[in-house]
Amino acid sequence: MKKIINAVDQVEEQMIEGLRKAYPKYVKRVEGTNVIVRAEKKEGKVALISGGGSGHEPAHAGYVGKGMLDGAVPGAVFTSPASDQVYEALKAVATDKGVLMIIKNYTGDVMNFEMAADMARDEGIEVEQVVVNDDVAVDGSLYTVGRRGVAGTVFVHKIAGAKAETGASLAEVKATAEKAIANIRSMSMAISPCTVPAAGKPGFEISDDEMEIGIGIHGEPGTHKDKMKTADEIADQLLDKILADIDFSGSEVAVMINGCGATPLMELFIVNNHVNDVLTQKGIKVYKTLVGEFMTSLEMEGFSITLMKLDDELKSLLDAPADTPAFKEI
Amino acid sequence: MTDSSKVLDIVGHIGEAISENAQFLTDLDAAIGDNDHGVNMARGFKKVEEDLPGLKDKDMGAIFKKVGMDIVSAVGGSSGPLYGTAFMKAGAAVAGKMEIDLNDFLKIMDEAISGVQLRGKAEKGEKTMLDAMMPARDAMREAAEAGKGIKEVLDAGVKAAEDGVEYTKTIIATKGRASYLGERSIGHQDPGATSFMVMLKAVADKYEE
Repeated sequence: MKKIINAVDQVEEQMIEGLRKAYPKYVKRVEGTNVIVRAEKKEGKVALISGGGSGHEPAHAGYVGKGMLDGAVPGAVFTSPASDQVYEALKAVATDKGVLMIIKNYTGDVMNFEMAADMARDEGIEVEQVVVNDDVAVDGSLYTVGRRGVAGTVFVHKIAGAKAETGASLAEVKATAEKAIANIRSMSMAISPCTVPAAGKPGFEISDDEMEIGIGIHGEPGTHKDKMKTADEIADQLLDKILADIDFSGSEVAVMINGCGATPLMELFIVNNHVNDVLTQKGIKVYKTLVGEFMTSLEMEGFSITLMKLDDELKSLLDAPADTPAFKEI
Repeated sequence: MTDSSKVLDIVGHIGEAISENAQFLTDLDAAIGDNDHGVNMARGFKKVEEDLPGLKDKDMGAIFKKVGMDIVSAVGGSSGPLYGTAFMKAGAAVAGKMEIDLNDFLKIMDEAISGVQLRGKAEKGEKTMLDAMMPARDAMREAAEAGKGIKEVLDAGVKAAEDGVEYTKTIIATKGRASYLGERSIGHQDPGATSFMVMLKAVADKYEE
């Protein structure tokens, strides 16, 4: 394993400190915890927290700031934060309008956030949650724990964050977040795996002429291996699955082409070139496009496509101002 | 009867066993999960080990509760809340006791299992730690009811847990991260079931024939 780190057991700590020192205008760390909150707490609005394992930078701490999150809870690499950390975040951001937790659908994340919410409610903090499950790669049937939450979560941060800034109630912010989730679909692929520092070995093996389709965001293997193809063919493959899942015809969409950590931006633009053409040909209007690294998986080489089907409310919330370390909308 | 110093010794040995098997457990998790089960469990038991000296002369409830809380906060992921809840619920069942006997131990197993079920909303046959825990508990109860001593009871539990781990190779995961793999999860043993087997073996190690 070759990584630019100092010690395996210091990875999370030094990342959090480095991030905090980079963006003092935006964020601060809650003392004695791993929790990142806005530099200046905003009262009078519903507070939003999210979190998950580290290794997804800039998610989630990079989205703490005006128009998006109020707090983020990073766990160990690819490991849900423990409930006591989530509880600290809930206490730190709570306002009298309550807190909404944006959780990605993983067993551990849901358990830890729910345990923390129970603890916070005991102290009179009003807490609600939404669970993001945008990944169409995995079967959402009764035989799994449901679809995973992946890069589409960043859209949920943006939409719910903008809604909260309007002064909407907790129930309203939750309802809007759920509407966004119902309209977001993603799918990912990778051509090389990533190595969790503490594990020291890649999460899967793959030969030079193969790709892994339907990967999650934790370096886990996908649903199947496939022969390597061209960018356009791969994009078609992912897009087909997304477009088959909900009816996008005639609608306007936001597109996110997300790099998994080691994918050149050049390649992401090549993918977007084709995705945009295909959507246009199908009569789906691209309202807004994001290309870049929003939800990474360490040094994994690959990408995801996310589509969010828009209505007037979602469009205006998407366009609302945001000013965070990793996401700005002017 | 098992007193608190013996329990602390056993818990310490469980930590050693987890640490020795950390790479193995992580490798199992790489195949069908996210490549960190052993790493996370070892981090949790390292925290437990640091806190063991402070638990000397405490009652069983306090010991199990602290172990559970350490696991919840230091393991994270899903194993943290699951094993943490198991230990905390076990602690509540033996609160105030300075010694435990075989009956208490079986009660601990019952409570640990119900804690895991409550938190994980899982049943037997879903390729989880329950597939080792539940058969182990049943085998231990049967052995105890047949009048066997603690060592024989634990050995019966270890055997059943091993069989349970083998059984997880034959089934599709329907809970946890491995469920995303569908049929691709067949042929792989469940890391959580395996870590339970490692822990129960460590308990059995500490009793003589």
